[in-house]
Amino acid sequence: MKPINIIKSTAVPVPIENIDTDQIIPARFLKATSKQGFGDNLFRDWRFRNDKKDPEFPLNNPSFKGKILIAGRNFGCGSSREHAAWALKGYGFDVVVSSFFADIFKNNALNNGLLPITVSPDFLHYLIDLVISDPETIIEVNLKNQTIREFIKGNQEYFDINPYKKDCLLKGFDDIAYLISIKPEIKSWEALNNK
Amino acid sequence: MFKMGKTIFEKIWGQHKVDSIEGGPDILFIDKQFIHEVTSPQAFEGLRNRKTGVRRPDRVVATTDHNVPTIDQHLPIQEELSRLQVSKLEENCKEFGIDFYGLSHPYQGIVHIIGPELGITQPGMTIVCGDSHTSTHGALGTVAFGIGTSEVEMVLATQCILQYKPMTMRINIDGKPGKGVTSKDIILYVISKLTASGGTGYFIEYSGSTISSLSMEARMTICNMSIEMGARGGIIAPDQVTFNYIKGRKFAPEKENWSKKEKEWSQLFSDPDARFDKEYSFKAEDIEPMVTFGTNPGMGIGISEHIPFDLDESDKSLQYMGFMPGDQLLNKPIDYVFLGSCTNGRIEDFRAFTSIVKGRKKADNVTSYLVPGSKLVEAQIKDEGIDKILNNAGFELRQAGCSACLAMNEDKVPEGKYCVSTSNRNFEGRQGPGSRTILASPLTAAASALTGKITDPRVFI
Repeated sequence: MKPINIIKSTAVPVPIENIDTDQIIPARFLKATSKQGFGDNLFRDWRFRNDKKDPEFPLNNPSFKGKILIAGRNFGCGSSREHAAWALKGYGFDVVVSSFFADIFKNNALNNGLLPITVSPDFLHYLIDLVISDPETIIEVNLKNQTIREFIKGNQEYFDINPYKKDCLLKGFDDIAYLISIKPEIKSWEALNNK
Repeated sequence: MFKMGKTIFEKIWGQHKVDSIEGGPDILFIDKQFIHEVTSPQAFEGLRNRKTGVRRPDRVVATTDHNVPTIDQHLPIQEELSRLQVSKLEENCKEFGIDFYGLSHPYQGIVHIIGPELGITQPGMTIVCGDSHTSTHGALGTVAFGIGTSEVEMVLATQCILQYKPMTMRINIDGKPGKGVTSKDIILYVISKLTASGGTGYFIEYSGSTISSLSMEARMTICNMSIEMGARGGIIAPDQVTFNYIKGRKFAPEKENWSKKEKEWSQLFSDPDARFDKEYSFKAEDIEPMVTFGTNPGMGIGISEHIPFDLDESDKSLQYMGFMPGDQLLNKPIDYVFLGSCTNGRIEDFRAFTSIVKGRKKADNVTSYLVPGSKLVEAQIKDEGIDKILNNAGFELRQAGCSACLAMNEDKVPEGKYCVSTSNRNFEGRQGPGSRTILASPLTAAASALTGKITDPRVFI
């Protein structure tokens, strides 16, 4: 995984609550055996109606673009499909901002270098309004300082992230490689515990 | 020194903690991983790229369920991508020495159905699977949770997972459920009270007299839907019901090993002085058959109730469903009925459905998908002659798989059509693009299939 620290970009607002992973990537697109190509079908059934682009959907609005997705609370609920994280990443998002994330999605995102940033409900609404009124608004996520800031008025908020996970992301370190490296310890635990 | 009691969840977690990372997650040993065709191929690819193997193939079981057809399973899968995904799983299992229950195997079925029915799922275990409904296995007193594909790879490579310990919640349900009220109604009621995010960050223990009086299969329906509140998992303390269910199953402990295990399992309960981070209590008498009206499982009401009047007409989910605030769902016309899934695809669900439709006729305007959760369930249905009763009532039995729960195969509900479904999710498009799902129990699904309208099953009981 590539190290992550600062992401500075315009943002795309999708101010809908309870966006489940079936909306992020519908089940019928889960038949690939690699991690590539899911971005094409991100929010497929909201982006397209009868195979035509729905101009109302923010991802189809040419004024909204960038690496940051801002979405309503309880983002990523439902199915555990990691394809949701691959689809968001594949489409070009590096950050999802919401006031509440579902657990499994959050893990999946972090395991793919997609930052799930939890902000207060007030700051979320503030950011959504700001981006809708001025799509050129630049937002900066600083992982090291754990801050998210907008560049119109300069307001910012601090966000929480587990120190271990933060360190991994800053260094581009991978959980699996770490666990493989402690295989001898796992083996002796197994022997001791009759596993 | 004063020692605080432990919850059953904390006991099992503690017994599997290999180590913990300072300021980070715990390293948890996993007793069993189930894998299926959809969330595993990228994990195996990852293993190859890392030039590492599957560390404990003896602790992995594979089956095909998500995208398989539910008719003519003896023929090659028609749909090319599904066929490729299924054959990829078979190849991967062969390469890494994993037990594989493919379409031609008598044990094939939905992962969360076959684990318990084969006696693979046993109290006190830690279980993972790349599927959010892994919480089902918690009904047998296990710590079981859904994971993503990176984590599938992690467990394949090391038999361990890095995981933050969730908070604990207890949901007590006491009393005797009324006529026509099943465990599906109980859990839909609980979710409607806690909302689709009310359990996020928690591992839920279900207890109380109502839960203890439920059969093993009914308990699985409860734990199955824990994830619909966002919970990491659900668990029920194992008791005599659990032990009786497991005894004699294919992979259950035998002879002297059985008594040793039973003794061990009997220790798995929450101590009386154990503290939960959150606790709720409900009365079974307050619950009637439930139906959902919206596009998340938290949007449920009693079948005699009205959709909340205070919802906005422009509410996205009501618009999608074609309902209005204040509407009653009772007597609304429907087009499809789906009996099946890891929520309600077991033999008791088929018995319940059949108890309503026996000697009656399916409404002509209703298309039905009746899909056993596994090949063993299908065999049991035939043994008991349930398939004949269903045929006489105008229904057809299909073959095992996830089917119309997520519509990855051909079993779809068309755009705009209503389906009374015994599955677990009513998300937009879940049963096919534009499909409209009403979640309900097998009894309500059966009653609605007979009338072609959303129907209170108590009319037929």
